[in-house]
Amino acid sequence: MDGDDMTSSEDGTIRNFNINFGPQHPAAHGVLRLVLELDGEVVTRCDPHIGLLHRGTEKLMESRTYLQNLPYFDRLDYVAPMNQEHAWCLAIEKLTDIDIPRRATLIRVLYSEMGRILNHLLNVTTQAMDVGALTPPLWGFEEREKLMVFYERACGARLHAAYFRPGGVHRDLPPDLLSDIAEWCEEFPARLDDIDNLLTENRIFKQRNVDIGIVSREDVEDWAFSGVMARGSGIEWDLRRAEPYECYDEFDFLIPIGRNGDCYDRYLCRMAEMRESVKIMLQAIEKLAVATGDVLNRGKIAPPERGEMKSSMEALIHHFKLYTEGFRVPEGEVYAAVEAPKGEFGVYLVSDGTNRPYKAKIRAPGFPHLQAMDHLCAGHLLADVSAVIGSLDVVFGEIDR
Amino acid sequence: MASVDGVSLLAQHLQDCRSDVILTAEELRDELVVTAVASGIKDLVEFLKRDSQCRFTTLIDITAIDRPGREKRFDVVYHFLSMVLNQRIRVKVAVHEDAPMASIIDVHPAANWFEREVYDMYGIRFSGHPDLRRLLTDYGFQGHPLRKDFPTTGFSEVRYDEENKRVVYEPVNLVQEYRQFDFMSPWEGAEYVLDDDSSPESR
Repeated sequence: MDGDDMTSSEDGTIRNFNINFGPQHPAAHGVLRLVLELDGEVVTRCDPHIGLLHRGTEKLMESRTYLQNLPYFDRLDYVAPMNQEHAWCLAIEKLTDIDIPRRATLIRVLYSEMGRILNHLLNVTTQAMDVGALTPPLWGFEEREKLMVFYERACGARLHAAYFRPGGVHRDLPPDLLSDIAEWCEEFPARLDDIDNLLTENRIFKQRNVDIGIVSREDVEDWAFSGVMARGSGIEWDLRRAEPYECYDEFDFLIPIGRNGDCYDRYLCRMAEMRESVKIMLQAIEKLAVATGDVLNRGKIAPPERGEMKSSMEALIHHFKLYTEGFRVPEGEVYAAVEAPKGEFGVYLVSDGTNRPYKAKIRAPGFPHLQAMDHLCAGHLLADVSAVIGSLDVVFGEIDR
Repeated sequence: MASVDGVSLLAQHLQDCRSDVILTAEELRDELVVTAVASGIKDLVEFLKRDSQCRFTTLIDITAIDRPGREKRFDVVYHFLSMVLNQRIRVKVAVHEDAPMASIIDVHPAANWFEREVYDMYGIRFSGHPDLRRLLTDYGFQGHPLRKDFPTTGFSEVRYDEENKRVVYEPVNLVQEYRQFDFMSPWEGAEYVLDDDSSPESR
């Protein structure tokens, strides 16, 4: 931290103190530079400088085919990669007007919920670390590790999955994976209880989070909050319920909402959401046992089956053309959104009828959340800034894009 | 999900009420798409927020589309959401390259960063925005990256200079040409002429 103002100058007047919080700060959750103006220890102004992780994703996407663009979505919110891919696939499927097989949609739901748990585990536990608790991240990351093994078993990569494809999912799940996931789902609530015991009634954790960073219902509308940021303030808004995409309307789950809209309520919402996600995963596994069949809509936009490609000339040509030229998407524009763990993650896709998007805009939930930092932090103490950032659940991959 | 009937009814309602600023209101792929005139955008957004049949109180996104060659080069695209009515709307406004847009920050405070990003990426200025700085690009960055005439590789690159012990900016030096493949099949009528063997004279 470097101060550029002295608190008192020679003529005795007192000026506010400016500090830089970040770009390299453990509580900044990535590369965030906050320029804070402090009056004593009270924050009077908070100006986030973002873009330190800007990679020009949207520009790069304009020169790549639809399929080549898919892996960029893993690199946005790298905490829950598949949820981002999902939005991209939905946008393409909406524009090309294709349906995906039953088994694929169930696998998507299963892995989206896994992503939600991955995200909330990271957020809840690291937020606890920001306010002084060291054990939760160690326990939480152990469970994350197991989930990432499930990722790996499905698609071969722990993080950058590229598993959801337009038309379905890349491969069917290997045998035994579903029963292993079910087993994990049975054990996980007990691990969650452990974290619960550590934090929920913890005196220090409550002192640091209760009544901090209060978001009112008006704030939610004014600042375009979504996801837990909206639900923590008592707004029952979840895209899985409001605009049921995939087959979420078949699932039985609750949408936890908070009452006070403070950091503590958002923590409670996330904890409850993880339990709901486990419920959805178990239901999906049950349904998957019945829903056998293909996992890709083997049409124009998906590759043929491996065996077919080896024996049929047409299939071989299709495979070759698909992975070089890519598929074409009819002209038009579409907005597709999913309830990502952090809020509404949307893709606005403009196609000009070629094999590459004319424009793709990624609407990241963390972006509007972070811009409300000034609104949320003004009047709080410096120490509360890290608690608020933690509960905003920001990841710079998606904010900076 | 919002019913399709609701979308077309809403489109009709908008056309009836705000024909002064709305050019077209239609339903495309179950989405309500409205094109409006640039001068009336703030008025329209205010209406969309307050009107009891609209209640588009949440700003989802602001972005732009670059269409070089068109007289009004940019489309500024707004997405709004009504959590009350579970309805979405897309508002598109064509603007001239040099003409500023009216900022909607008074109506939706969340427009702040979205407009800064559009300014940063496309160079569209928003009048009435209190703090129109660049958002995502580097301090002191030149140009607007998402314009179609801005090369993907950019113009300058940075590295740490061991001798000067500081970060230096240099013009981009590519060891290999940036690969832009052309996928137009010859029988679909490619419009370009290959350098070496395409015209009979060059043979």
